[in-house]
Amino acid sequence: MTALPPPSKKKLGLVIDLDTCVGCHACATSCKEWNSGGIAGPLPDEQPYGREPSGVWFNRVHSYEVAPARTPSGPQPAMTLHFPRSCLHCETPACVTVCPTGASYKRAEDGIVLVDEDKCIGCKLCSWACPYGAREYSAVEGVMKKCTLCVDRLYNENLDPAERVPACVQACPTRARHFGDLGDPDSEVSKLVAGRGGVALMPELGYRPVNRYLPPRPRRAGGDAEGDDGAEPATREKPSLSRWLGRMLRR
Amino acid sequence: MHPALSVIFFTTLSGAGFGLLLWLGLSVALLQLRSAPALPATWLWALGTGTALAVIGLLCSLAHLGRPLRAWRALSQWRTSWLSREGVLALACLVPAIVLGALLWRGVEGPLPGVAGALLALLALGTVVCTAMIYASLPPIPAWRHPLVVPVYLLFALLTGMALMHLVFALRLPLGRDGPMALALLAALALVLAVAKWLYWRDIDRTPLPATRGDAVGLPGREVSVFERPHTGQNFITREMAFVLARRHSRLLRLLATALLAGAPLLACLLAAAGTGPVWGAPALAFAGTLAASFVERWLFFAEARHVVTLYY
Repeated sequence: MTALPPPSKKKLGLVIDLDTCVGCHACATSCKEWNSGGIAGPLPDEQPYGREPSGVWFNRVHSYEVAPARTPSGPQPAMTLHFPRSCLHCETPACVTVCPTGASYKRAEDGIVLVDEDKCIGCKLCSWACPYGAREYSAVEGVMKKCTLCVDRLYNENLDPAERVPACVQACPTRARHFGDLGDPDSEVSKLVAGRGGVALMPELGYRPVNRYLPPRPRRAGGDAEGDDGAEPATREKPSLSRWLGRMLRR
Repeated sequence: MHPALSVIFFTTLSGAGFGLLLWLGLSVALLQLRSAPALPATWLWALGTGTALAVIGLLCSLAHLGRPLRAWRALSQWRTSWLSREGVLALACLVPAIVLGALLWRGVEGPLPGVAGALLALLALGTVVCTAMIYASLPPIPAWRHPLVVPVYLLFALLTGMALMHLVFALRLPLGRDGPMALALLAALALVLAVAKWLYWRDIDRTPLPATRGDAVGLPGREVSVFERPHTGQNFITREMAFVLARRHSRLLRLLATALLAGAPLLACLLAAAGTGPVWGAPALAFAGTLAASFVERWLFFAEARHVVTLYY
């Protein structure tokens, strides 16, 4: 049913820390591996070593350069930003309401947005409706595919309770991905969002994403930050002991 | 947005078909009410042509689907989806079309054909508006949220439908008495449409995307440039949404669409006034020209639309 369910108390989602993500793609590859089976699998992976590899990935990691700027927390230097992009499991997703067959739906109990691959006709309208590019079309199966928030792991009795988290969250080596109930203000993820000032992406579009991104922490201004007085570190006074040692060793 | 030929053929052909059914329904209803001499044979031809074109267009749209055999499921979500509503109304259109066809075939007099005609016109109008709303209702494509999108789409359907009806009448009726006047009306409508299109193109050229790349990655106000893409090749998102059209190509195509749109009906008027060639020559030129214009315009409608997801790339 593509009518949205009444808002649920439980809003499962991810919190992605842009400060600690190093762009290693572990989340992307573990997602691809988990979904080579499961409810969303197999993910198409055509001509992987051929001329034109093509396939579906639920999680794509972009890398950006952020220019230096003056911000309220001081002048910020240039930096690289690694940005994993996947479904934000929005509260009012247009990808659900535009679906003509009811294949695209939002679960009433935990807010996860899924595709019923038995009903999907592959019209691709949901991918047009998603501003975050969360949905990809599988040319092999003729249906749309998207991040399932590893719903087949979360409630899976065959897994250890500690492993009942999305594959990407478990794989991240820098703990840049967190999973939890963002509808519960006392959950770990909600506290993380509140403490670090987590943001929703492009909220003005009205989709009310559930996932949050934690912005990079303000950097101490480095040598190339705007507003630096240009003082060379080398000309600052070194302690007298090391100056003496330098003289001794040069002899 | 990648201009899919199946979708372009669908919107233009079925637009012309439903436009014709709309004008036909109106003319049957109005002439019936005024009890003017009926033209059942010609109306039947127009009904057949319009329905055939609409059905061909709808079948073309199935080519865009990954699982066309499940297309019947697309009728279920009419409460929320414009695509579903369009499917329901398109099929509902066939009911008064068949009823009207049967009534005209049997030569039934009285108010019934008029009622069927009015219903046909209403449902055809609804179908065309729902099809336009599929595109106009998508928030991540700002170019399609412009208020002129639905009216222009409707005008194209009305224009090509009118040109086609004129052609059918010219082929079937022995007299072409109001030929030049009808063509003049077509030319006037085409000019209005051309002006509307240029206004729309001017607006989308001037309007940037509502968000910046900084907004897209959660760092509003910061200047963010692409360092490395997540994949070295293309993927569905880049192929489907990141279609780039060079500005000079877009200019050429816009001029072509305008030339066909404004030029073909005017040429047809001149041809009709000169009286040379067969009586269906001028209407055929008008229909071919306006249909070609609608193809080019629809192609540009897709090719020039930017999707917000392109900010990530």
